[in-house]
Amino acid sequence: MRILTEIREAMGISLSALRANKLRSGLATLGIVIGIVTVTLMATAIQGLNKAFLKSISVLGTDVIYVQRFGWFIDSHAEWMKAAQRRPITPAQVKQLEKELSLARAVAPLSDSRASVKYKNRSASSVTVLGTTEQFAITTGTIVAEGRYFSAAEAAAGRPVCVIGWDVATNLFINETALGKQLKVGDASLEVVGVLEKQGALFGQSLDNQVVVPLMEFMSSFRSFPDVEIHIKAVSVEKLEEMKEEVRGALRRIRRVPPGVDDDFTINQQETLIETFNRVGGTIASVGIGITALSLFVGGIGIMNIMFVSVAERTREIGIRKAIGAKRRTILIQFLTEAAVICLFGGLLALSIAYPLTLVVRKFLPASMSLSIVGIALLVSLVTGVLSGFFPAWRAARMNPVDALRNE
Amino acid sequence: MGSETIHALRDVSLEIERGEYVAIMGPSGSGKSTLMNILGCLDTASSGEFVLNGTNVSDMDDNELAEIRNKEIGFVFQSFNLLPRSNALHNVELPLIYASIPSDERREQALRALTNVGLAERITHKPNEMSGGQRQRVAIARALVNNPSIVLADEPTGNLDSKTGDEILALFEDLSRKGNTIIVVTHEEEVAQHARRIIRIRDGLIASDEVRGKAPSPDHSSSVSA
Repeated sequence: MRILTEIREAMGISLSALRANKLRSGLATLGIVIGIVTVTLMATAIQGLNKAFLKSISVLGTDVIYVQRFGWFIDSHAEWMKAAQRRPITPAQVKQLEKELSLARAVAPLSDSRASVKYKNRSASSVTVLGTTEQFAITTGTIVAEGRYFSAAEAAAGRPVCVIGWDVATNLFINETALGKQLKVGDASLEVVGVLEKQGALFGQSLDNQVVVPLMEFMSSFRSFPDVEIHIKAVSVEKLEEMKEEVRGALRRIRRVPPGVDDDFTINQQETLIETFNRVGGTIASVGIGITALSLFVGGIGIMNIMFVSVAERTREIGIRKAIGAKRRTILIQFLTEAAVICLFGGLLALSIAYPLTLVVRKFLPASMSLSIVGIALLVSLVTGVLSGFFPAWRAARMNPVDALRNE
Repeated sequence: MGSETIHALRDVSLEIERGEYVAIMGPSGSGKSTLMNILGCLDTASSGEFVLNGTNVSDMDDNELAEIRNKEIGFVFQSFNLLPRSNALHNVELPLIYASIPSDERREQALRALTNVGLAERITHKPNEMSGGQRQRVAIARALVNNPSIVLADEPTGNLDSKTGDEILALFEDLSRKGNTIIVVTHEEEVAQHARRIIRIRDGLIASDEVRGKAPSPDHSSSVSA
């Protein structure tokens, strides 16, 4: 008797057995339902977290590196102290670097400060002021919503102009255009030449509450000796690693780091963040899987219990089947199928409960119940059924037909 | 070929030829159930051997015995032992399912078997929708559907009223005339009287072995010795 025929026959038997014991099977499957709901929600939440994170850091760009005195992840105080003692990166070094790089599409120095911003009688406090060059528009890929970015000439000359973020524009200029207006940033008076498109936030920090000014202007009005960071966009994503080495070599030369001494700067990139996040995410996921496995284990015991009852109840049926030629394997498959069918029903029920719940989760995370999650949930319920049904099914398969037939 | 010898119980040795209609009689505790279990390949003897159609089945394992039962033995039980949730057709199909017969062929054979016992109109009925006699006919159809070497009936009329019992016994006689080997285990003298040969068991021994009327031709046989 071929396996497929056996399974089909077993399906029929299982379904009629389940129909005969609806309430009992329903109750037995509750544990599985809870377990699968947990699996589904856990997977949805983890996927949502991942998506939210990747989306929020996508603004960093996969083809951009960030050269800074400090690394993004500092594990110890000693490491921090070492970074703090490094010499600042100066605008002159950036200019030199820009000349030496062949694989960079744009190189932008960046220094920041905070200032209050005023226009007429309206003001905003603690707005981020960024000093950079026109290349910053390329490395960040920002789009100008109104007006234009400041030009290379304006940046080089340190003209008193600025490009403002979306929030600054909407907060200060009501019913009028910001273009051409004189904005008071700290003590400086700057002409607004452009308004940037809305960008959202990175790690809770709004990217729209900012004023971008030419670095030269920034140095004369805000910080005379800034410690700049360097944003470098590669000509292509594929060239990123090669460019990193180029940057490293050039910057060591420029900053006169002797051979054999560690770099006195750190090259950060989006990937660094993703790696760290994956480490943390992995821990969260394994804790989640542990909890889920526990609830499925409890559910599995419930199924095992009900299958033992089912086998005991149908001892005579097992005897009849064996008498007319059912082999051990056939009986085993029959009861395994029954356990699997119960659990699959539980899985389907769980998915129909979990679906509306994921819609709630969606309010907080960009999560959705993907097809792969549905597949995993059903697979897990199937496996739970087969595992927990095995012991009872094995007992049934090994029954002696004479004793089984004698059972009333 | 063609003879099965059973040494069962204590010093029991008997041979049943193909086509015989045998009754095995004995009071409870006589060992007739053990003998029947061995004949039906439901159990194997702790010592001695049972040769069925030239095959020694004494040392077979669980799965091999299941296959032998499926192919060689048709059981008819006192309490019918039909699957309660399945209809007559499915009950009769069951041995064919275990024998891996394709479904359309299976259905055809099961229908023929049910027609032969006069139940062609009852194929969709479940056991609880049928009378005792009808249920036993379904069981007989199931026993015959695989063309077994032996039809082994254990008190086949025990749960039936005498009129219905007579009908079933008439059916057995009919089957016997058509060449089936029939072994009926019973404690009822009237039932045993229908057989051509009566073997009486007492205390694990064969007390008597009496052939009545004309012995069948020994061209093919199934026999048991234990």
